[in-house]
Formats: sequence, structure tokens, C-alpha cells
Amino acid sequence: MAKCGSAKDAVVIGTDGLDALIKLLAKDGYDVIGPRVESGAVVLEPVDGVDDLPAGWADEQDGGHYRLTKIDSPAIFEHVVGPHTWKRYLSPPAQTILRARKRGKGFSVEEVVDAPKYALLGVRACDLKAISLQDRVFDNGDFVDKGYFARRNKAFVIAVNCTRAAGTCFCVSMNSGPEASCGFDLGLTEILTKTKHVFLLAAGSERGRKAIAELKKKKQVKAAAAADRAAAAKAVDAAAKSMKRKMRKDAARLLAANREHPRWEEVATRCLSCANCTMVCPTCFCSTVEDVTDLKGKTAERVRRWDSCFTHDFSYIHGGTVRRLRSSRYRHWITHKLSTWHDQFQTQGCVGCGRCITWCPVGIDITEEVRELGKRRT
Amino acid sequence: MARRKPKLAVWKFSSCDGCQLSLLGCEDELLAVVGEVEIAYFLEATRARVKGPYDVSLVEGSVTTPEEVERIQQVRRQSGLLVTIGACATAGGIQALKNVKDVNQFIDAVYAHPEYIETLETSTPIQDHVPVDFELRGCPISKEQLLEVLNATLNGRAPNVPKYSQCIECKRTGTVCVMVSQGQPCLGPVTQAGCGNVCPACERGCFGCFGPKETPNMASLSRRMAELGMERREIKHFYRLFTANADAFREESKGHE
Repeated sequence: MAKCGSAKDAVVIGTDGLDALIKLLAKDGYDVIGPRVESGAVVLEPVDGVDDLPAGWADEQDGGHYRLTKIDSPAIFEHVVGPHTWKRYLSPPAQTILRARKRGKGFSVEEVVDAPKYALLGVRACDLKAISLQDRVFDNGDFVDKGYFARRNKAFVIAVNCTRAAGTCFCVSMNSGPEASCGFDLGLTEILTKTKHVFLLAAGSERGRKAIAELKKKKQVKAAAAADRAAAAKAVDAAAKSMKRKMRKDAARLLAANREHPRWEEVATRCLSCANCTMVCPTCFCSTVEDVTDLKGKTAERVRRWDSCFTHDFSYIHGGTVRRLRSSRYRHWITHKLSTWHDQFQTQGCVGCGRCITWCPVGIDITEEVRELGKRRT
Repeated sequence: MARRKPKLAVWKFSSCDGCQLSLLGCEDELLAVVGEVEIAYFLEATRARVKGPYDVSLVEGSVTTPEEVERIQQVRRQSGLLVTIGACATAGGIQALKNVKDVNQFIDAVYAHPEYIETLETSTPIQDHVPVDFELRGCPISKEQLLEVLNATLNGRAPNVPKYSQCIECKRTGTVCVMVSQGQPCLGPVTQAGCGNVCPACERGCFGCFGPKETPNMASLSRRMAELGMERREIKHFYRLFTANADAFREESKGHE
């Protein structure tokens, strides 16, 4: 992967510097969204300063299991990814996309594009990759999702390199982490030793370089020492090495070759078809549109909402629903994600963030399902 | 040309009145509703009664007495569109708990003069007695969904009332899953969305007030709740709440007897 942010030019800031950065972006008119603790999880919500960030919290993750635990450390980014994804902001769960008004015998239509200016703080490598995959989905050459790109192009992205892997992470095997290499304005790596707590900060764009220059004016920036760069690299490397789960490299081929397999019936005994996996997936993009009217029928709105291939209505066409069985819904989802996505978008569809494993109430593991398909049938 | 105001009737069977109250609870939107429909029969709101037939009937409550068995037929005959509202009308309600017990024991335990009580052995939903055009789930129903059904009816379009899981609603609003993050039992994965994820948003598992979602996997959720430490008996009771008599919940609770 090409490196965009050069570690050579990286500088060092402290927690005060991070606080100054958040306030600087807010002053520039950005809604700063970052990790914070709510209802026992790290969620992505508006943050006003460094005090809002989840210092001293780490997440324990496994299939269908997430617990936030207090740790004896001031580390701010010890947690990994939680139930929220950045698509919540770039491709929101409910958005009005047009308004219509009755005029005489016809009606007029007004397109609606709601695009707040977001600064996304704490975008992990997997999620950064996911955003790049959604960029591909929402602009296929023939069709461009205007709302998505209006939000996307304004967004200031602050990536954070992972220095710890959660139990459900498998980004290394998807070639999408734990280091954010490209596609950010600023890249952060937390360095925590016995004597200091700082962040290595690299610019990945002109906007990022300007932000660093502003921080310099505020005397928040120090030159990075070789030791800082080495400590950051070591921490990210340790996260990569500690990763337990991995996806088989031949997943796309295996899925294409096993449209009929006893495993589909087996997974259907566990799958709840609740759609949690698709809701928490940072690349799942499906939506439905609902038309709503006022009582008098004078005005109407078209609302686009997140949808899921796990619902009965998703595959409803004239005459009925195509995928009535849970087995066919699960097979459709995993096959699209890991196999036909390549044909459709010429990219991978999964980034190895592990959310679908953690947030599945019954802990169905996408890496395990692929592994089972690959086993010789007896 | 102004359209003719459709005549609306609201009927009560065995119920607590909470769902009808949702119509009165529309507050800001109530005046707009009254502007578009003629409230022809709605005893909770007005003593004035306009004779049938009615364009739209909202039916609350379940059928628990011999009198109600007759009366629902009369309501059906007088109604254009018949919409059942709430867990009682759509699944039999909390009173359907008597379906799995001897009703006479309840009567003896509750009433000073059991001889005055004339009741059926079961509490059953309206669709067990007459054809129903649309059902609105919930205990109580959601005011937004009620308005949506009235709105869609007035404008001749299909209502946006999804049958998918509560989980989708939780995830869209950003509510953290209490089952995964706290190990709490939750009926959300098998329950139809619509309430506005009231309980999970307060960090409580879903109680299934909206009844089963489409194609629910009851056995898988039961297994998971057992792994989370629920006793067989507790699982049985969890399914026997406001929608105990809904097919999927009733059968799964029976399996845990």
C-alpha cells in the first residue's frame, strides 16, 4: 500500500495538543465526531475536547460479546472499534433526499442534500479502508450519490493507528490494517511509555499540513525523535502480531464454488436474521426509500433509510420474496461481501474490522464460516 | 375538489384503553387528524355517535367473552377498512396468559362473586374471528405508526410499517446492544420493530411488546439466553408477556415448559 502520510515529517503533540486540535477544528466550523463512552461501549458521537475521549478504557471482544473495562492507564485509544461506524455520518441511517409539493394537477420536486461539515477523529485503518470502499460504491462511474460525496469531500479525517487488536479483529488478513497508510488528513499514533504520553502526528493532505502549522503557532508541536517513531512503529507492529483471527485468502473462490453446501443449513439454525451484522458493517451500504405524505396529501418527502439483505422485504419483488429462508439470506450476504463484491466493484468488500462477529447476538463468525466451507466434506 | 371526509370509528374489546389513548395522545397532530376524518364513533373521546357504515375502523382489544364474539362480526359488517391496534387485538394481549391455564382458577382467585363472570376460556386476537385489513402491533401501539396508517389510508398509499427486527431500529438510532455489551437477555432479535426502541435505549432488554418479527429464529435466541444464564423457566416466562399468544412466542414458551 502506498504511504501517503510520511512518518519522516511527523511531529509530536501531547494530550493538550490533541485538545487544541479538536478545538481548532470546531472553530473552523467542523462538527467533531470522535470516540466516547456511552451505555457501556465506545460510540462515535460529537466531542468537544480531549476530556470527552475514552481515556483508560479498553474493550474485550469476542463473538456476540463486548465489554468495556477500566484499565490502569491514561491511554486514550486503547479501545478498538465499537458498534458505530463512520457511515452513520457519511451515509446516515435516515436522510430526506427529496421533497415534493402538489401544484395544480402535477407536482414539483426539490432535491435535498444535507451535508454538515464533519471532522472524523479516530478513524482506524480498517474503517478508513471501508470509507474508500464506500467511495467506490457511491460513485460507480454512471451514478454518483451527491449527498454522500458532499459530506465525504468536506470531511476532515483524523486516522488513528491501532496499538492493540481486539479479539474479533482480522484486518491483517484483509490487508487493511492496523496501520492507516492512506486517505487521511492527519494520522495519529499514541505513544505511551513510563515517562511520556504523546501522539506521533503525520499529515496526509494539504489540509492536514495546515492544521499542524496552526498547532505550531499555538506551541503545541514538538519535533519527533527517532525514538518516538520507533516506539510508534513497534506498538502498531505489536497490534498486528497479536491478532488472533484471520480470513482465508481464498474466500472469494470458496464462496463462488459452494453455493450448495450443508453449512448454509447449519448456519441458518443459528442466524437470527436480525440484520445486526449488516447494520454494524462499515461497508454494507444498502438502503430503502420510503415516501411519506402529510395528512392532506399536499406535500411528500422521500426518506432513505439503512436497509438489510437479512429482511424478508429486502428481496421482495412482484409476486413475493426471493430469499425467504435464513440460509439463503446468510449465503447472499457473505457471498456478496467476500466474493461477488469483487466482480461488482473490483475491490474487496470486507475490511476485517470484526464488528459483524462481535455484534451478532449469537456470535456467528464470518472467518469461521468461510473456514468451514473450505473443509473437505465427509 | 375537497375530498369527502372518511368516517372513522374506534372500537374497544378486552383491553386497557391504552392504544385508543394513543390517538388522543397525538396532541399536536390530533387537530390535523380531526380536520381530515370525521370521528364518527369514539366513546373514549365523545358521547356523540354517528351511525355506520364506517370507512375506517380501529379495533382495540381481544375477544374474551361470548358477547365480543358476536360484536366483532357486527363491527366487521359496518366497516370498510378494519385495522386492529395493539397487542390485545393482534395477539390476544397479556390476558391471553389464561390460554395456557385453567380459566376457572383465575376467576375464583380474582372475583368475589365468580358466578357473575361470563368469559371464554381463551383470549384471542381479532383476526381469529374476522378478516383484518391491517394490523398495528405494540403494547401500546406507536403514535407515529398510527398516524402513518391513517395518513397512508387517506392518501391511498401503502403504510411504511416494517416487519423486521427491533435490532434494525436500535442500530439506526445508535442504541448500544444490551445483549452484546451487558449480557442482558433481550427479545429484540425476534421482535418486530416500531416502538422506537424504548427499552434498549434505557439499557433494558426488549420485552417483545410488538410481537414476533417476520421469520423469527426462536430456538437460536432461546439457546443464547440460556448461555447468558437464564433458567428454562425464566425463558418460558420471558416469552409470556404482552404478546404471549402470538404463534412464535406461544410455541417457543411451550417448548420451555
